[in-house]
Amino acid sequence: MQDRIKYWKGIEELNNTPEFAKNAHNEFPEFLPLDEAKGEGSSSNGKTQRRDFLKLLGFSMAAVSLASCEAPVRKAIPYLNKPVDVEPGVANWYASTYYLNGDYNSILVKTREGRPIKIEPNPSSSVTPYGTSSRAQASVLGVYDNNRLRFPLIKGKEAKWEDIDKQIASRLSAVNGKVAFVSSTIISPSTKQLIEEFGSRFGNFEHVTYDVNSSSALLAANGGVVPGYDFSKANIIVSIGADFLGTWGAPIPFAKQYIQNRKIDADNPTMSRHYQFETILSMTGANADIRVPIKPSEEAAVVTAMYNAIAGGSAASTNVGDAKALAAAIKDLQANKGKALVVSGSNDPGVQAMVTAINSALGAEGTTIDSASPYFTKQGNDAQMIRLINEMNAGSVGAVFFYNTNPVYDHPLADKVVSGLQKVGLKVSFADRVDETASLAEFVTPDHHYLESWNDFEPKRGFLSIAQPVISPIFTTRQMQDSLLKWSGNNTNFYEYIRNNWRKVATGDFNKFWEKAVHDGVLENGSSMLKVSAPTTAATTTVRTVKPTGVEAVLYEKVSIGSGAEANNPWLQELPDPVSKATWGNYIAMPIKMAEEMGVTQGDVIAISLANGKTIELPALIQPGQANGTVGIAMGYGREIESAPVAKGLGANAFPVAAVVDNGISYSSSVQLKKTDATSPIAQTQTHHTIMDRLVVQENTLANYKSNPKEVTEYIRIATHEGPAKPAAISLWDDYEYKNHHWGMVIDLNSCIGCGACTVSCNVENNIPVVGKAEVLNRREMHWMRIDRYYSAVEHEAKDYATMENPAENPSVIFQPMLCQHCNHAPCETVCPVAATMHSSEGINQMAYNRCVGTRYCANNCPYKVRRFNWFAYANNDKFNFNEPMNNDLGKMVLNPDVTVRARGVMEKCSFCVQRVQLGKLEAKRENRRPKDGEIVTACAQSCPTEAIIFGDMKDSESRISKILARQNGERAFHVLEELNVQPNVTYLTKIRNLA
Amino acid sequence: MQHVSPIREPLVTGGKTYHDITEDVCRQVEAKPNARWAAALAVSLVGLAIFMYSVYRTLWFGIGEWGLNKTVGWAWDITNFVWWVGIGHAGTLISAILLLFRQKWRTSINRAAEAMTIFAVICAAMFPVLHMGRPWLAYWVLPLPNTFGSLWVNFNSPLLWDVFAISTYFSVSLVFWYIGLIPDFATIRDRATGPIARRAYSILSFGWTGSAKAWSRYETVSLILAGLATPLVLSVHTIVSMDFATSVIPGWHTTIFPPYFVAGAIFSGFAMVLTLMIITRKTFKLEHYITLEHVESMNKVIILTGSIVGVAYTTEFFIAWYSGVEYEQYAFINRAFGPYWWAYWSMMTCNVITPQLFWFRKIRRSLTATFIISIFVNIGMWFERFVIIVTSLHRDYLPSSWAMFSPTSIDIGVYVGTIGLFFTLFFLFAKFFPVVNMAEVKAILKSSSGVTHHPHKTMHGTDKDLNTNTHHSNE
Repeated sequence: MQDRIKYWKGIEELNNTPEFAKNAHNEFPEFLPLDEAKGEGSSSNGKTQRRDFLKLLGFSMAAVSLASCEAPVRKAIPYLNKPVDVEPGVANWYASTYYLNGDYNSILVKTREGRPIKIEPNPSSSVTPYGTSSRAQASVLGVYDNNRLRFPLIKGKEAKWEDIDKQIASRLSAVNGKVAFVSSTIISPSTKQLIEEFGSRFGNFEHVTYDVNSSSALLAANGGVVPGYDFSKANIIVSIGADFLGTWGAPIPFAKQYIQNRKIDADNPTMSRHYQFETILSMTGANADIRVPIKPSEEAAVVTAMYNAIAGGSAASTNVGDAKALAAAIKDLQANKGKALVVSGSNDPGVQAMVTAINSALGAEGTTIDSASPYFTKQGNDAQMIRLINEMNAGSVGAVFFYNTNPVYDHPLADKVVSGLQKVGLKVSFADRVDETASLAEFVTPDHHYLESWNDFEPKRGFLSIAQPVISPIFTTRQMQDSLLKWSGNNTNFYEYIRNNWRKVATGDFNKFWEKAVHDGVLENGSSMLKVSAPTTAATTTVRTVKPTGVEAVLYEKVSIGSGAEANNPWLQELPDPVSKATWGNYIAMPIKMAEEMGVTQGDVIAISLANGKTIELPALIQPGQANGTVGIAMGYGREIESAPVAKGLGANAFPVAAVVDNGISYSSSVQLKKTDATSPIAQTQTHHTIMDRLVVQENTLANYKSNPKEVTEYIRIATHEGPAKPAAISLWDDYEYKNHHWGMVIDLNSCIGCGACTVSCNVENNIPVVGKAEVLNRREMHWMRIDRYYSAVEHEAKDYATMENPAENPSVIFQPMLCQHCNHAPCETVCPVAATMHSSEGINQMAYNRCVGTRYCANNCPYKVRRFNWFAYANNDKFNFNEPMNNDLGKMVLNPDVTVRARGVMEKCSFCVQRVQLGKLEAKRENRRPKDGEIVTACAQSCPTEAIIFGDMKDSESRISKILARQNGERAFHVLEELNVQPNVTYLTKIRNLA
Repeated sequence: MQHVSPIREPLVTGGKTYHDITEDVCRQVEAKPNARWAAALAVSLVGLAIFMYSVYRTLWFGIGEWGLNKTVGWAWDITNFVWWVGIGHAGTLISAILLLFRQKWRTSINRAAEAMTIFAVICAAMFPVLHMGRPWLAYWVLPLPNTFGSLWVNFNSPLLWDVFAISTYFSVSLVFWYIGLIPDFATIRDRATGPIARRAYSILSFGWTGSAKAWSRYETVSLILAGLATPLVLSVHTIVSMDFATSVIPGWHTTIFPPYFVAGAIFSGFAMVLTLMIITRKTFKLEHYITLEHVESMNKVIILTGSIVGVAYTTEFFIAWYSGVEYEQYAFINRAFGPYWWAYWSMMTCNVITPQLFWFRKIRRSLTATFIISIFVNIGMWFERFVIIVTSLHRDYLPSSWAMFSPTSIDIGVYVGTIGLFFTLFFLFAKFFPVVNMAEVKAILKSSSGVTHHPHKTMHGTDKDLNTNTHHSNE
């Protein structure tokens, strides 16, 4: 074989020096002969090598392109000196009190990193130990309201407090005529005392108390107080037009009492019977066992009939529409002496005097009325305010102060208030924003928000509570009381003033006493500090003579928006009315019959001509249960001021419907209705009102429950070859095994009064966006927790679907809180293509927002329709400016940092407040124990004023929920849509009605 | 193999020769665009612009631009999706199943029908992406390895099955269609005079030589793909129907859905093919290739599938009553007599009543009547999906959540826009691609032409034609 010809790559290979041989096997030789030959490129000569150059080039390109897509810088500044009480990430709770327009709640304020984010009930209070009102829940947003005044005003211009103080002091010293301090009801003993002291230096001073939804007549008949009603002791409750669960008297304490007597099980199958005679279908009326629609002009007749029959009166009586129900009510009352209670919402002193007489004839004093502890939640005196308005117009008032009151907007004589104010020399408003009255005031000295203030309260004689600031004032505002102290020349601040005042009731070491009082937020040792003035003339049983002509219109207060003082709160605007389910505006509630007669369909705009010549135009809402011949209009809307942009332009101001009669305010008047050609849609969250003969809510009568508690609930059984079986028993699928916890909820339909506190609480806790009227009309409200309200249908044949869609003229009403049922066999979980919703090992149906791509298949497949989709970006979007908690930096402070703000295109729904569950478990784990029952509660359960919602661990046999389930299983416990075998973790308890 | 009755109507009329076929089909590709075509394309482009604008609004502002709500989470989006997927079915059916069944009449219409399939599936595929809240994350529905942790798609979800079904369907249809186009592209390439056209068609024709080996492979691949595509005709709409059938919503939760949807798909697909073919044959003067015989055959398919659909509608009602389930019964009563009664009766009229007119031979063979009825069927099938989706959702279990759906201008824009997109693609196709499969038409010319220019009309004269390629050339 001949030798192969050898080719060499270069002269080096041919030479084959040892150095070359060494490097030949290196894939990337460091020794590059080429470079050496040229004598350049070595690392030592300072020139950039090719590789380095490429590296540098690559890096600089990357750096340049990265710099061009810079993310906005948001600074998180750490505490330089950490405040003692603030632990980042750990919440603090401070006891405080919410009180506005009769709505009293003793509360705990949850703060995170120094900002209040949630209102929770104060369990130390015996007046409101659990649950709050929806308005109290929403009030936390008020502190972050961007439209509050940031500084005081003189004649509409920004001013300094020093100048204000100087000017007001000099003006006050030279005041000529009466000095009037106009406020809504004040239940703060210290504030009241302070106002007295402030006025004492003037020759002619009057503290005028004026309530928007006044109980003036009630007070006149009861010595200036709301009697100490105790609904829990009443077997028979008769209410004539009093919405005592929603807006009358002291609703939250009343609701608590009312429901105590209506929680039943088979061992104790008794409950109160509640008659309601009323014009509008109020929330209270919706809960009544027997409800009789009456015209406002018939209220007196109903009370008179009772008065004559029970108290032996001999007042002239007229006939009442439903005499049978009235007779039954009278008979029940007579049979339950000492266990009966009559209340009336009438603002006619004569009617209230008769009610007082009826109650005393029934032996209510000492039983269903605790005379020792009346309520102070309403103190407004109509006559006093009317007199002041006349005095102002007469020019005899030299100075007027407005505190928590806005008569230019909400007084029936608003025009006279305006004209009177022109004749007053010094006008000062403490309003937190330029409201209708403040815009006419020379000085606006904005008050702190209540969460920035010290205060004390006495809602009920002998039951004191305290409010403490939970955040330092955000704006340059000053508490009204501090202003008064300043203007009185008193150098103490109001905090010191309260402390001094409380020394009167202190026991033992004052500092210790005070600390405990502030810590608990309540003092309930029986000592009382608040003084109320008794009316000068007691009411007599002579009723006003009203001769209604035409249609009678009633002005009523909504549970959500109230008198309108908190109208700028988007959570309240979007909270559906418990009965009509309407949001964002008022309307004319019209009975079915009248609508048929007038040819009105829902949304037709009706022009109402009032006796005083004014006209109100509002759309009609067909309201079953509204007394025929009457219409109802809610107060609190029709705001036109710039400082309430959320409320601006919604509905119409209905206060002119109220009329001044005999020096008092009558909340009804005769009107003329005229249909116009215009229409205006009403944003309702529920547009179908009957149950369509479906078993989604269940109810039965007390009589049936007593005779056989196992028969009151209809259980769905599926036919099998072995006979009827529970749907869950014939499942195709294996059940989840819950090793540690199994969270569940029980909702007692008998306890739910429909107030909606849970809805707002859920909104606040879970950062749920507010979507506004247009989007509610598009049926896109985001509420995770809603309250379904069903009316009973007109009489119909089975399967006559068209007829059963129509609610009865005077329907019975049932409320059903509806939220994610956390099904164990959840239809939503199987259909998500990306597994964004799945089941936890503790029975919670979870949403991973990050994973959701937004196909909405889960929402379609949810039989309960509880899933909510982010159709738009609701945060940082100018289109949703009214969604304050997400659209301005101040509003954002209210967001719960433990809950994600969901992005556009993502599905969301009730999480069973998983953040609270996790927190509770962590706390317990840290202490090496299991979570205690009641330690972990969802926001809805926590804020329910009637404890209708019980949340807990169904694995823990000692938990409250387990006990209720064990007790009610087979009796009142049922699952909604059980036949689908989705196996919900939410159980409902059948509603029981105590029918006559 | 197959016997063609001498009394059958010829499939190619007008005494065409092989060369005539080439000339007739290539004419519109080679000639300057005619005014009617340009006008039609302009109208389509307006539709496309509407589509672009509506999609921009949807993507920029969110799905809230549509009329959907908390109760009705799907409406026009999924209606359009199912409608377009259904339309696509005819193309696959014609090219695959009819190929397997050796139906010669398919040869002149399969190309356009397949193109229609592709374009319809493109339009359909827009909706599953657009209807997502976060379409930029649409790729998450694919089982891709990822760095998000142990995240995987949910194989239980019918939407995931859809992803597989639609993507498979689209790819198989595209390949099938393209392979069929290769010999014809080669023909155009060989005839092309301009340098750009020559170059473009030479790329498109993948270097087709027309050798016997190439023809043999072409035939084999066609058969394999036909075999692959055939189950897809059944599977795609079966799976689409499972989006509804596997749910718990009354009106959706129905075992009849798979066959009913497949029949409906073929029904609507044939109607769309007819609509398009009647226009195309007129515009491009292809009356000799797309004959009344073709129209009549398709009309027969329409009667059959229309009647199946009709039976399905009735069966649903019967089963709702027979099940004794309250919710089920209400869902169907509500369809016919509830607030969306007009949609239901539009569907019944268009889908069940009008196609029955095809029992009359005269109507079956009337181009005008066929065109009108085909439009009716298209409308009716759109309403069918609307009825199924919206009327079932808007009143399901809890009356508290019942709601109505009404479309916004953006809803309408997206739908009208996809029609614009479809026709834009179709007109571009009609101008630049051969709309009739020249190679296959030539294959049947001898056996199915009206002219008896083939001397030996004997047994093997008809036998071999379909499979033999030897007498074709790419002239």
